[in-house]
Amino acid sequence: MNTNVMTETAGDIVAENKPVTADTIAEQNADAYETVGNAFCDQAKMSMRNVNVFYDEKQAIYDVNLDIGTNEVVAMIGPSGCGKSTFLRCLNRMNDTIDICRVEGQFYLEDQDINDKKMDVVPLRARVGMVFQKPNPFPKSIYDNVAYGPRIHGLADRRSDLDEIVENSLQKAGLWAEVKDRLHQPGTGLSGGQQQRLCIARTIAVSPEVILMDEPCSALDPIATAKIEELIDELSQNYTIAIVTHSMQQAARVSHRTAYFHLGKLIEVNETEKVFTNPDHELTEAYITGRFG
Amino acid sequence: MSVSSLFVLIILGVVAAFYFSRTRSLNLARGLGGIKNLHSLPVYYGIQAALWCALPCILLLCVWTIFDDAIIRSMVVQYLPAEQQNLPKAEQALLLSSIENLANGVNLSNAGQFQDIADRINSLRSISNMALTVLLFCAIIATGAWGWFKVKPQYRARNGVERVFMLSLLGCSTLAIFTTVGIVFSVLFESIRFFNIVPVHEFVLGTQWSPQLSIREDQVGSSGAFGAVPLFTGTLLISTIAMIVAVPTGLMTAIYLSEYASSRVRLVVKPLLEILAGIPTVVYGFFAALTIAPMIKSGLHGLGFDLAFLGVSFGPLEVSGESALAAGLVMGVMIIPFVSSLSDDVINAVPQSLRDGAYGLGSTQSETMKNVIFPAALPGIVGAILLAVSRAIGETMIVVMAVGTAARLTFNPLESVTTVTVQMTTLLIGDHEFDSAKTLAAFALGLVLFIITLGLNFFALRIVKKYREQYD
Amino acid sequence: MTDKPLKTIDRVNRTLGKRHRAEKRFRLYGMLSIGFGLLCVLFLFTNIIGKGLNGFTYHFLELQVELDRETLEITDITNENQILAANYSGVVKRSVYEFFEAQGRKNKASARKLIATEGTGYILQGRLKENAEDLVDTQTTVWALVDDKVDFYLKRLGDPGEPGKHEFNEQQLQWIHEAVEAGKLKRKINWAFFNAGDSAHSEEAGIRGAVMGSFYLLLVTFCLSFPIGVSAAIYLEEYAPKNKWTDLIEVNINNLAAVPSIIFGLLGLAIFLAFFGLPRSTPLVGGFVLSLMTLPTIIISSRAAIKAVPPSIRQAAYGLGASKMQVTLHHVLPLAMPGMLTGTIIGLAQALGESAPLLMIGMAAFIPEIPAGVTDPATALPMQIFQWFRNADAGFNEKASAAILILLVFLIIMNALAVWARRRLERRW
Repeated sequence: MNTNVMTETAGDIVAENKPVTADTIAEQNADAYETVGNAFCDQAKMSMRNVNVFYDEKQAIYDVNLDIGTNEVVAMIGPSGCGKSTFLRCLNRMNDTIDICRVEGQFYLEDQDINDKKMDVVPLRARVGMVFQKPNPFPKSIYDNVAYGPRIHGLADRRSDLDEIVENSLQKAGLWAEVKDRLHQPGTGLSGGQQQRLCIARTIAVSPEVILMDEPCSALDPIATAKIEELIDELSQNYTIAIVTHSMQQAARVSHRTAYFHLGKLIEVNETEKVFTNPDHELTEAYITGRFG
Repeated sequence: MSVSSLFVLIILGVVAAFYFSRTRSLNLARGLGGIKNLHSLPVYYGIQAALWCALPCILLLCVWTIFDDAIIRSMVVQYLPAEQQNLPKAEQALLLSSIENLANGVNLSNAGQFQDIADRINSLRSISNMALTVLLFCAIIATGAWGWFKVKPQYRARNGVERVFMLSLLGCSTLAIFTTVGIVFSVLFESIRFFNIVPVHEFVLGTQWSPQLSIREDQVGSSGAFGAVPLFTGTLLISTIAMIVAVPTGLMTAIYLSEYASSRVRLVVKPLLEILAGIPTVVYGFFAALTIAPMIKSGLHGLGFDLAFLGVSFGPLEVSGESALAAGLVMGVMIIPFVSSLSDDVINAVPQSLRDGAYGLGSTQSETMKNVIFPAALPGIVGAILLAVSRAIGETMIVVMAVGTAARLTFNPLESVTTVTVQMTTLLIGDHEFDSAKTLAAFALGLVLFIITLGLNFFALRIVKKYREQYD
Repeated sequence: MTDKPLKTIDRVNRTLGKRHRAEKRFRLYGMLSIGFGLLCVLFLFTNIIGKGLNGFTYHFLELQVELDRETLEITDITNENQILAANYSGVVKRSVYEFFEAQGRKNKASARKLIATEGTGYILQGRLKENAEDLVDTQTTVWALVDDKVDFYLKRLGDPGEPGKHEFNEQQLQWIHEAVEAGKLKRKINWAFFNAGDSAHSEEAGIRGAVMGSFYLLLVTFCLSFPIGVSAAIYLEEYAPKNKWTDLIEVNINNLAAVPSIIFGLLGLAIFLAFFGLPRSTPLVGGFVLSLMTLPTIIISSRAAIKAVPPSIRQAAYGLGASKMQVTLHHVLPLAMPGMLTGTIIGLAQALGESAPLLMIGMAAFIPEIPAGVTDPATALPMQIFQWFRNADAGFNEKASAAILILLVFLIIMNALAVWARRRLERRW
């Protein structure tokens, strides 16, 4: 069932054991470490405390503390296998779908601990939506793709309400003009960039409070990427966004704060501008100057 | 010499050809200063010569043994007295075989007056055998010697051997085509003969099936009524019952195992269910006839009584001891693992990203399944169900053992019906001559069965393949 | 912005209970389905084993038999024909009368009916054939086969309704119970079941003929389908060009895999029996038909095994200048062999349980002799089960259940072998 994710995870673990530079060996051997910079904020929408994640016996994330402020865009960067995607997937409990994954720590959405086993993931995921690395429209029409969330959650009582939600979401995702004449054609027939915007429209149709984006542009060409980045910028006025990205330029362009992950550890969190111009930690500097990655 | 000793002779010749050719190539190599100066390894020269020797000789032996009886037989016919020569084909064949028995020294039927013909057969046989022995002996020596002479340093023996190897592989793989052709021919010709006796429309549309009774005695070759509609409805009824059991159960099993069950449960439950697929159908038939049918009979009979007791006017249910329900239920159980493993493959082929997409929006697992994965997997599941249907239609032993032979046009699952496969077996078990409409009817039924299952399989495999390509 | 998210979550929560109930229901359906499947397996096996175990045992009566020349009608003990044709039932009957102390014609007839005199006679015949000189004119102890009605009755003694009791009169019932209490009438393992061929009498019928028939069938099937299937798989994976012809072969193989087995029976009947005139009811023809039937299975699994051999190995061999045939025979085939064998064993297991095509070519016949070769008339295990099932005699029904157990044991062994081969021999790349 989870083969895709599992192989990815296996890759993470292998990469984790491979030293990248001399500093990383020292870093890895240190039992405790402290995140430098400013991991916390006053108006936190979500706050994570003492997060540890394990795949079977292998630890993938070590003791991470991080706040995400309301209507803030937080970018998470770092080399492959540093645990940033794993961390992101914890924020709406997507890791539940992986049998061998064990998540420890407190995750507060406002004042609710979402990592509580008694917590119902269904309303949680309605509040914390997610956009994935590869565009994954359902094999249904464009309309049904966007209407799917509102339908299962019972957000529209009448057909006209649903039409309105679909139109609004597609407009917000900047896709309305392109697809309004072919709403009932399959969503899989769109181009890659359009598909990804469709997935974003699908996510915001549920009106989540937080949107998680897992490398949303990695499968797209530069023009489509630019459109998505514009969209993220617009969305940040109404939504809290956490984005994992491989591209440092993208993080610099769209985010307010940037978190740098390294081998499962959160090394540094700071204002984006500061991270890219004058990072506090030498590992961050090494990464953004391209010494490894 | 007997065929087997001739065969041994060929083998000896082949071994000799191999040995001498190999030795010759080795000698040649020694003269040239090493094996590396030969085109191929010595063993290939040997194999090449052996093949040259074996293939023509075996071909000769086979052709001779296949045709020599037929030729002798046709020669013998002219020695028969005039009145026997004018006998109908079938009776003549019978007579000839009894004469042949006589020639073999077995006098079963009183064919004593043909002793002279029998002797003639024996003498013809010994001449044929002698000729074959001599011919084969010459052929072995000739082909072996020719192979031996062909051994030269620049002779490309390996390429020749590889070519024969490749061609034999090709031959093996075309066997599948020949099998299909063989099936088509064997059912088609007999069916055409059948439709010459019984018109097609009577067979396809007629509602009376009683091949054993002679109802139109004045007509030649007709021995009963051949309206196959009751068989088709019976097959349909039992297959429907089987599918009602197998499809929901198999599908839900596949869904539960692939989406809900932990890997440990999967590891235990899956092989346990696969056991159902490995049990021979004769066992299911035994089980259906001796355990399930009586259970249904007694169980439902009681139920009917109870309902009548409560004032509902059903009365005691009339349940046949060979009810379609028993056979259908057991067949359904047999097909469960078939449906579940095929659906399991199909469901697992749906990419994880679609599941993630649905979960990410806050779907529950069942909503993800029903709204996203099931529609995405639907073509594949339809293909799987079609394959299962074709299996149910072609299933033989369960129905032969648990269902009666009386053709009844009914859709009541508690009555006894009969199916296409049951009729095929009842018509063909035991001794039969190939000319009666009764025997030929079985082939006509076989043709119908073959066309229907072939059509179902063809479409099902295409759907499944298309579906796989969609996600590859 | 401030009230909209709240509105969303409220709406979500409104239907949440219903959705979770639907989820639970759905999950329950799944568990019920699996439960149903497992229950079927359990029921099937307990039912079959419960019925089948009875077939391995039989009731025997300990008899003292006087083997005197006069009654046996033997004048010359060195004459084998006389030994074979001797009046064994006579001596058996006499000792039965003595055992039950039966007087008068009516009572003697009642006593006689309790014992399978012919079957017991065969036991004596067997002993005399081996050693006539020492045995004739002596007294010997023999465990005589009881009549199958007695066996039926005794095996179901505790059951409600006392099945089979009505077959006997008061005197016979008294005799039976006395003999049981005296320890003379005992339930023992019926070794004849394993050693004998089919018989018209259920107490003498054995499984040996069917087992040997199945063995020869599988032998022919293996010898044909394994080399042909492997060759076809090699051709399709290593040699076949991508063209219409190859597509045709593949479509044919896939379709043949799903053609009902009874159709293969028709093929055998029309081609092998009617056209080529091969003998009916022989393992040879049965093997031909079953080979054609199992070929698709073997080809498909062999192709999978060949596909699993990594291309790097082929490239390494080609790089050394090996020809295509050498690469195939020296490298691909040995590496793919375990997978091919696994597929073949599974195909043979299917062939072992297959019935419908054998029915068509006349293997459902009464053949008491044990076949000694592939051209002897024979029956097969599933056919024997079917034959015994069709026999109205209750004793045969029990034999059929026992034969099913034997068939299942063979199938389990073969499948276990396949699993073992897959686990131990197959290499993961």
